[in-house]
Amino acid sequence: MVADTCAKHFKILGLTTVLMGVSAIGVQAQQAAAPAPVRLGIVSFLTGPAASPFGIPGRNGAEIMIEALNGGKVPAPYATVGLGGTKIEAKYVDEAGSAANVVTEFRNLVQRDKVDAVVGYISSGSCLAVTPVAEELKALTVYFDCGTPRIFEEAARKYVFRPSPHATMDNTGAARYVLSKKKDVKFFSGINQNYAWGQDSWRDFLSAMNILAPSAKAEKELFPKLFAGEYGAEISTLLTSKSQVVHTSFWNGDLEGFLYQSQARGLSKRMPIIATTAEASIWRMRDKMPDGTIIGGRGPNGPLAPNTALNKWFHGIYVDRYGTPPTYPSYQMALAILGLKVAWEKAQKTKGGGAPTTEEIVSAFEGIEYEAPSGKVKLALGKGHQGIQETAYGTYRFNKQKQTPEIVDVIRFPAECVNPPSDVNSDDWVKGGMKGAKC
Amino acid sequence: MLTAFAIVADGLVYAAYLFLVAVGLTLIFGVMKILNVTHGSFYAFGAYGAATAAGIYFDRSLPDALGFLFMILFAMGIGLILGLILERGILRLVYGKDEVVIVLVTYAVFLILEDVITLIWGPRSYGAYQPMVAAGSIDVGRLTLSNYDIGLVIIAAALALATFLALKRTRFGRLLTVVIYDRETAAAFGVNVTLVYTVTFVIGAMLGTLGGAVMAPKISVTLGIGVEVIVLAFAVVAIGGMGSIEGALVGALIVGLARAAAVHLMPQIELFIIYGVMALVLAFRPFGLFTRAEPRKI
Repeated sequence: MVADTCAKHFKILGLTTVLMGVSAIGVQAQQAAAPAPVRLGIVSFLTGPAASPFGIPGRNGAEIMIEALNGGKVPAPYATVGLGGTKIEAKYVDEAGSAANVVTEFRNLVQRDKVDAVVGYISSGSCLAVTPVAEELKALTVYFDCGTPRIFEEAARKYVFRPSPHATMDNTGAARYVLSKKKDVKFFSGINQNYAWGQDSWRDFLSAMNILAPSAKAEKELFPKLFAGEYGAEISTLLTSKSQVVHTSFWNGDLEGFLYQSQARGLSKRMPIIATTAEASIWRMRDKMPDGTIIGGRGPNGPLAPNTALNKWFHGIYVDRYGTPPTYPSYQMALAILGLKVAWEKAQKTKGGGAPTTEEIVSAFEGIEYEAPSGKVKLALGKGHQGIQETAYGTYRFNKQKQTPEIVDVIRFPAECVNPPSDVNSDDWVKGGMKGAKC
Repeated sequence: MLTAFAIVADGLVYAAYLFLVAVGLTLIFGVMKILNVTHGSFYAFGAYGAATAAGIYFDRSLPDALGFLFMILFAMGIGLILGLILERGILRLVYGKDEVVIVLVTYAVFLILEDVITLIWGPRSYGAYQPMVAAGSIDVGRLTLSNYDIGLVIIAAALALATFLALKRTRFGRLLTVVIYDRETAAAFGVNVTLVYTVTFVIGAMLGTLGGAVMAPKISVTLGIGVEVIVLAFAVVAIGGMGSIEGALVGALIVGLARAAAVHLMPQIELFIIYGVMALVLAFRPFGLFTRAEPRKI
């Protein structure tokens, strides 16, 4: 009896082993048939103060774009599955932490996880820290949001690309919009956060105003601490000034806190506030965003995006998934991923099929032109590594009947009007009178 | 003249903000000798709690004034629960350890609570602007002042007075003062020091959440707000003297007025002025304005 039971157990064991072996062979055969997915590292702020306005919308933009690409659902000319027919597998990494931590995570993605490319980074500090490491590791890296012009102006890069335009465009565009709406500006002021982003933004805006309206005088140049929260003294300073417009590159909590306090004290009625990143806040602030605020979206993004089929599709799938319209970080992420797709497939075509190497993709990426939900982009600067686009500014108003934010009086500025020519340093270009600008 | 008035007005508003965020920190240090980094979390929980309460209350179109009261009570309720859990659950276990160890423990709790905030409220930001909008404004020449800011100064002044009276005129205040001066002697005379510690920490936590609740209408309640506050609160407490309520009040006034003057007259030094004042005070009074050097016990 015992012997029978043992024999029966051995039979079951043997059968199971055989079945498992057959299954394993089946899985292996399937794996051999399907090409290995393209592995992308997606880096964005998932925690910390920058997560809500930039990091999460950027991550969401990546998530829906990768899903749509893998499903072959992106409208033409992007209807091929994934990258060149190979599906994309994404690994999402948090950008929060020190520059050293950001670099460590980048190394982990490239050396441990063996990703084929890294797409990401919001903070200019992160981009500046990652760039030399990307070059050292020969790792294809596509930045999606960081704004500092220094990346490609300090040295030539081979493995790093940034399709979205840099911050100089935002502030020259802002100056042109202000002067087109208020030609008689005699005094203006600025309130910007006291770190690289705020200082560079004000420098570019001030230089552009000095060139475009030499008689206008910068009156108050305020640089409160990042995340200061309380702006009572700054608002009093502006209220007691003669300024007719105030420039700010504040973002998220600082921008919203400043606007709440400005509204309570009547500053926004006294002078329009030109906010270069405010597009990312309009869906949260709604009727608390003062009417008349001049809105920038770091390019033609969100409500400032062109009315194209690709934009309507992107806006639609984003709203369906997340219940809120996409803001500029989502658009910038879509721009970066589509740029990678265009370069990948161009390299694949040149090669005659199969997965292209990093070197082949890098060669194909340089100087490409393509269409994204935010319109046309051309990698015209930084020896074909830095994108330029047209930009747009408009004036905010909350439509009480429809209960929805609107941007009206939109003015578009061509890419060559608000970006420097190739191989010209941005700061020198603005201070030198924006020579060669085609407006 | 208008600039001078603006400096005083802005200085008082900023001082009120600083005092409200620093008073709980200095109270806990005075009694328990704990440099409580978690105080930044109390502020953040207060602000998030107030924003949640604003969402619950104002969606029902109820009277504005009661809404502000509801926000404050809701936030301080969170402070009560949080303070009790932390003191009984964690700090109780490290009393008597080296002060550096206790600071590290509170820092660790601060980091954990930052993640707890993300877990509860997610990464999005919240607004609780309704009380500030409802309060309106008044004009003084070209200057428009927010009535909410004036209310903030009144709340801070009332809190300073209440704290003073509670310490000097109540039985618990006197017990607290005895523990501040000498814990061992107080215990020898039968004071229940453990209970005093628990009550003090909970009051400190509730004051921290009160600071967050009254600031919530002015700011965007978002991740990381507690980090900035704790740095500022430390500066104010160091100027006034660690553990001194009067010191926190005077420190807040000095920093508030100095910062407002800097913003109006020389904005380039705004960032420097707070820490410049602190360095100057500590150069002449290493223990702060209201704390005397104590002989070391052997």
